[in-house]
Amino acid sequence: MSAAAPAVFRRANDRLARRRVVNHALELVAWLAAPVGVGILGLVVWSVAKRGASQLNLDLLTKPPVPFAIGTVRQGLANAFAGSLVIVGLATAMTLPVGILVAVYVNEFARRPVRNGLGLALDVLTGIPAIVIGIFVFGLVVVGRGQSGYAGAFALAVLMLPYVARATIEVLALVPDSLREASLGLGVPRWRTTVGIVLPQTIGGIVTGGVLAVARVAGETAPLLFTSSIVGNQIAWNPAHALQTVPVAIFELSEQGDPADTARAWAAAFVLLVFILVTSLGARWLANRSRRKLGRAAR
Amino acid sequence: MSLSSTIERTVRVETKREPLPPRERLQQVFDIQDLTAAYGSKPTLKNVSMEVYENLVTAVIGPSGCGKSTFIRCLNRMNDLVPGFRQAGTIRYHGQDIAAKDVDAVAVRRTIGMVFQRPNPFPKSIRDNVAWGLKVLGMRDDLEGRIERALTQAALWDEVKDRLKASALSLSGGQQQRLCIARAIAVEPDVVLMDEPASALDPIATQAIEQLLHELKSEYSFVIVTHNMQQAARVADMTAFFSISRGAEGERWGELVEYDATEKIFTAPSDKRTEDYVTGRFG
Repeated sequence: MSAAAPAVFRRANDRLARRRVVNHALELVAWLAAPVGVGILGLVVWSVAKRGASQLNLDLLTKPPVPFAIGTVRQGLANAFAGSLVIVGLATAMTLPVGILVAVYVNEFARRPVRNGLGLALDVLTGIPAIVIGIFVFGLVVVGRGQSGYAGAFALAVLMLPYVARATIEVLALVPDSLREASLGLGVPRWRTTVGIVLPQTIGGIVTGGVLAVARVAGETAPLLFTSSIVGNQIAWNPAHALQTVPVAIFELSEQGDPADTARAWAAAFVLLVFILVTSLGARWLANRSRRKLGRAAR
Repeated sequence: MSLSSTIERTVRVETKREPLPPRERLQQVFDIQDLTAAYGSKPTLKNVSMEVYENLVTAVIGPSGCGKSTFIRCLNRMNDLVPGFRQAGTIRYHGQDIAAKDVDAVAVRRTIGMVFQRPNPFPKSIRDNVAWGLKVLGMRDDLEGRIERALTQAALWDEVKDRLKASALSLSGGQQQRLCIARAIAVEPDVVLMDEPASALDPIATQAIEQLLHELKSEYSFVIVTHNMQQAARVADMTAFFSISRGAEGERWGELVEYDATEKIFTAPSDKRTEDYVTGRFG
């Protein structure tokens, strides 16, 4: 910089230096904060993996628990894994059609005020605590009829709905209007255009939303405590009765004093964590893939 | 397409024009009266009145923003899809006012097809692009024959007959646009509206599309919006010139300035604005 810099620049130099210091300080704080977020995830994964991975064995996944076990009987949690599979699967089957229809209505048919209102409602639904949903389903379904896998699945389906609907709305919005016009211009009714042209473009996105929602609710405990927690130890698949689930099993086992039970809880937690990590990453991969595909179609 | 056939086509295009019969002898397809259109509170078209005749190519030309696209999209109720769009006036199609509220827009579009500015094939196979409309509209008898005829009429059959199952998106831009034309004529509309169908294409693809218009106009009536005056001069029998008018408070809208035989519009326009536009002094 030359000495002949205009006076107005020189006068600002003091303040400029101060700003520079503040800027660097804030940058440093932000830079330090970033690893905290990643670090917490790392810490959780590491501690669960450390305690759980060593306890993992095939029996855990394939054998049911043995009540009043004496000695070193190898116990499993197969009933919880089976129940989680049934309940989460059922919940997905319940929520997908409703979520997709909600999204189609919001993006393809609703007028703007209705669209905004429904969008807000979905956001609010996302924020409702799981335990509130649990009590709601308990009052609606369980009281009088008793617990069942269906009730548990219904509670999870309510939790999943906004995720599926939001994800579907997002991909529907990515479908270029020129495709809709192409079909409508042929004299094809709107609903046929939606079903035959628009929705097939969004399957990738819908699957992504479904997988994300599964990852989100697979570990939900609160709603299942109300709806599907009074269970036996045998492996059961019939959702007409209450089924054991992985998160509820973890919760119950961790309450027991027996170190063997605690160990199984850690192992189950580890399995759950791996499942959620894998599905979340899978959803991300699917989302990127379908977005790339839609991008190609739009060109 | 080989170069020689391109040249041959060029020559044919330019020598093919036959003199128009007097207007009274032409069959009317559209009789448009006082068409006014607006998006929200912004008027885009005011008081357009004109007739469109059967088995002719009618071109709509004019500067950007003169409402050409809005106009052509009124003819098959495509603007219904735009929120806030309003229109007034009548558009009689063979006597029936298709602008009326109780008219089924889907049925209108079924008879009056449209080809858009940018090729917009479905992300399906070449065959399925043509088959989609046929299937939905119940024209399933002789499906393969209809597909072949439509692709042949659109001068695309020879290029794609060996790869009908390939994705339509693998075609070049010009081929995609011809596929869109095939798709539109496969369902046997009465009128085909084209909104600047060649504006995204190179000259050779443009040529192919213009040639198509000549060959197909014995079966269909075409209304084509174009910003390319040479194109209008080459393909159109009748030409409508739209221009922008400005109000006292700076508002702008499009209106029809002059509508006549193409020959007349380009050689002896009766309005000064038309003359300025076609001679390149404005627009």
